[in-house]
Amino acid sequence: MFRTVEELVKIAEKENILISEVMIRQEMEVKETSRKEVFSQMEKNLEVMENAIEEALEGVNSVTGLTGGDAVLVQKYMKEKTPLSGNLMLDAVSKAMGTNEVNAAMGTICATPTAGSAGCVPGTLFAVKNQLNPTREQMIRFLFTSGAFGFVVANNAFISGAAGGCQAEVGSAGAMASAAIVEMAGGTPQQSADAFAITLKNMLGLVCDPVAGLVEVPCVKRNAAGSSLAIVSADLALAGVTSRIPCDEVIGAMYRIGKQMPSSLRETGEGGLADTPTGRLLKEKIFGMTV
Amino acid sequence: MKYNSVFDIIGPVMIGPSSSHTAGAARIGKAARHLLGEEPAWAKIYLYESFAKTYKGHGTDFALAGGLLGFETDDPRMSKALEIAKEKNITIEFIEDTAAADHPNTARLCIGNDHHSIELTGISIGGGKVEITELNGFQLRLSGNHPAILIMHNDRFGAIASVTKILAKNEINIGHMEVNRKDIGKDALMVIEVDQNVDDAIMNELERADHINQIAKIVS
Repeated sequence: MFRTVEELVKIAEKENILISEVMIRQEMEVKETSRKEVFSQMEKNLEVMENAIEEALEGVNSVTGLTGGDAVLVQKYMKEKTPLSGNLMLDAVSKAMGTNEVNAAMGTICATPTAGSAGCVPGTLFAVKNQLNPTREQMIRFLFTSGAFGFVVANNAFISGAAGGCQAEVGSAGAMASAAIVEMAGGTPQQSADAFAITLKNMLGLVCDPVAGLVEVPCVKRNAAGSSLAIVSADLALAGVTSRIPCDEVIGAMYRIGKQMPSSLRETGEGGLADTPTGRLLKEKIFGMTV
Repeated sequence: MKYNSVFDIIGPVMIGPSSSHTAGAARIGKAARHLLGEEPAWAKIYLYESFAKTYKGHGTDFALAGGLLGFETDDPRMSKALEIAKEKNITIEFIEDTAAADHPNTARLCIGNDHHSIELTGISIGGGKVEITELNGFQLRLSGNHPAILIMHNDRFGAIASVTKILAKNEINIGHMEVNRKDIGKDALMVIEVDQNVDDAIMNELERADHINQIAKIVS
């Protein structure tokens, strides 16, 4: 069983297999189950992601009215104008935000690694797929690669905002997506690790400060940040840019930063954006009470 | 290792909005229902730290209720769980406790009906994964990576042997086991982590064994 990214990459290089394959083999061993079973369970998750994006692109709104409809706005803008950041990038952003709009509206999603950060992995997957034209199997492998990196983070640091801030959620999710994009684009396991490190490095210190304690503001747009950064980092790694700080050490830094974060900035809805005049006003409007 | 499966990371499939506060809460509620062995008639739920501060926004309240009703994390009835519990005459009370807790997402559930009740503390550690840390005043140390059987029994000689004999007969291997008691001859708890899943027939056999009061299993 791999415990670190270094071990994960070593296994992949030694056996000359993909990161996704390392994860699949480990899962089969741990659960004492067949490849077919493991694949079919992951395919169900893929279907949930696909359905959530479809639902989002038809337009959803949360009960509070704080979020919803932005995924549709972005898609419309892409059709009518020429986006400065390019169609693939904006498609990913729109689908990532859309997934979280569905989540905020209490729709069905697949947590990757959490619900608040559920947009980054599927958002990028369903955008890069239009350029890379993967097989269905490669799309499922994208999720195993994401999962392999998330597995290391979860066991060595944390993946919840309450424990480590948004860097642990959207930071991990965006980084997981970067690593998976690299594999799908034909990069090496080490390039996946570099892409992961580059994204997470740029998410370090991000606090979890949801307005009114709801997974809406700023969570939906943080998924836009996570998914766009994921694509940029993947491109950097594929271009041959490496991370000066090794992946596992970046995860260690994320852990120590999270440990130093006060509880007001870890999903209590007490600090940061939640504690702005508008944030407090929104909470009062929604719950009829003051912070 | 707290997480041992890729599906802890890519998953669960769930009703939004929060994996810790909604999906995890539902799983804690469901574990409590399992340990009670039936649907509760009442529940007093104490919430701590992030759970206490944000439970309304995250739907932690309906998720815990959904779990008590036996709902899975992706049950479409989840957001209506409080109403459904009300229709079934289940009274659920939420108490925001200001005491410090070891984990930011902690819930203590006291649930019961006419004949018995249990008290359980659960923590939601991220991505929908939960751990049960206390049952009826006994501290638990469950890794959560293997199926576990929890057995409330009387502190009498032979109680442990009667359980292990049944497991041996059914070729179930014990990976980790702890026995705790409140006092000599009083309530005691066996926590057994096993390598294989334990089916209902074996659970029934265990329940009928000598000096066993209550039994439940937690599937990893």
